[in-house]
Amino acid sequence: MKIFKTMLAAGVLLVTQSASASPAVDALLKVYSDAGAGPFSAEAGERMWTQKHNHNTSPAERSCGGCHTSNLADAGKHVKTSKLIEAMSPAVNTKRLTETKKIEKWFMRNCKWTLGRECTAQEKGDFLLYIQK
Amino acid sequence: MKTYRKLLTLATVTAASSLLFSATVYGDDDGGWGMSWFKQSKLDVVPVNNQVYRDECGSCHFAFQPGLLPEKSWRKMMSTLEDHFGDNAELGAETQKQLVDYLVANSADKSNYKRSTRIMGSLKQGEVPLRISDTLYFKRKHDEIPLRYVKDNKDVGSYSKCEACHTRADAGSYNEHEVKIPGVGRWED
Repeated sequence: MKIFKTMLAAGVLLVTQSASASPAVDALLKVYSDAGAGPFSAEAGERMWTQKHNHNTSPAERSCGGCHTSNLADAGKHVKTSKLIEAMSPAVNTKRLTETKKIEKWFMRNCKWTLGRECTAQEKGDFLLYIQK
Repeated sequence: MKTYRKLLTLATVTAASSLLFSATVYGDDDGGWGMSWFKQSKLDVVPVNNQVYRDECGSCHFAFQPGLLPEKSWRKMMSTLEDHFGDNAELGAETQKQLVDYLVANSADKSNYKRSTRIMGSLKQGEVPLRISDTLYFKRKHDEIPLRYVKDNKDVGSYSKCEACHTRADAGSYNEHEVKIPGVGRWED
């Protein structure tokens, strides 16, 4: 029984560790670095997360936190479509930051919708470090 | 005795469902009267059978069957994903093409299933609806439902959430006897 418990604890530890160092994030950070960006900063990502951007169409004021909330561990809701959005933090939502293709797809969509343009490699790296934190 | 009866029931159900299933399969490319009746009695529109479509579109909203809108609608929708009902839903070029091909091949104008043909029949000349709920057929089918059951119902909120009330919507069945409105119950007019 004791052995079983130890094994379980080890398993949990392993899972937590792999969640904080996602191979998908590592791969993307390398791509961004190769493009000339870096070093990356979680603090810069956090600042951008709540930064407001003005638009001519509704909603006129948009930010990442507007839909995802300012707490990465919380679930959010799209301000325009009301779609429920699961928590971003990989610590509470293990599906997050596991697929490079998916990450890039949502960066493209959400940067264009929120900032009105695609994000730079530097910005994407900063966001990833912040979300992964 | 009881066990025997149970077994008998099971055997009957299995036989009946396999009969139904094989009839449906043949019905797909048959189109004859007998078979099409069988098919239509089961499903109203071809169910979604494309995993990329389920993953890409169905992860954000109900995976509407392609047979609920004509080809022109799907083409227009897929070329305006940058502003998809107020959100950005852009796709990579490869996925984009794959999905356009799937939607067009299964669009309402290519289908002889009941709901598809009726939606097509209700369109005005040159009409290219982007919302299924904008089609006359849809409106006629939902015109007796009070606002408080859908838009003002916190568990529904919008006509775009087919599956909220149509319990077998995902299987392509929109029979009114299967309708169950959250907080209200069964609906039959």
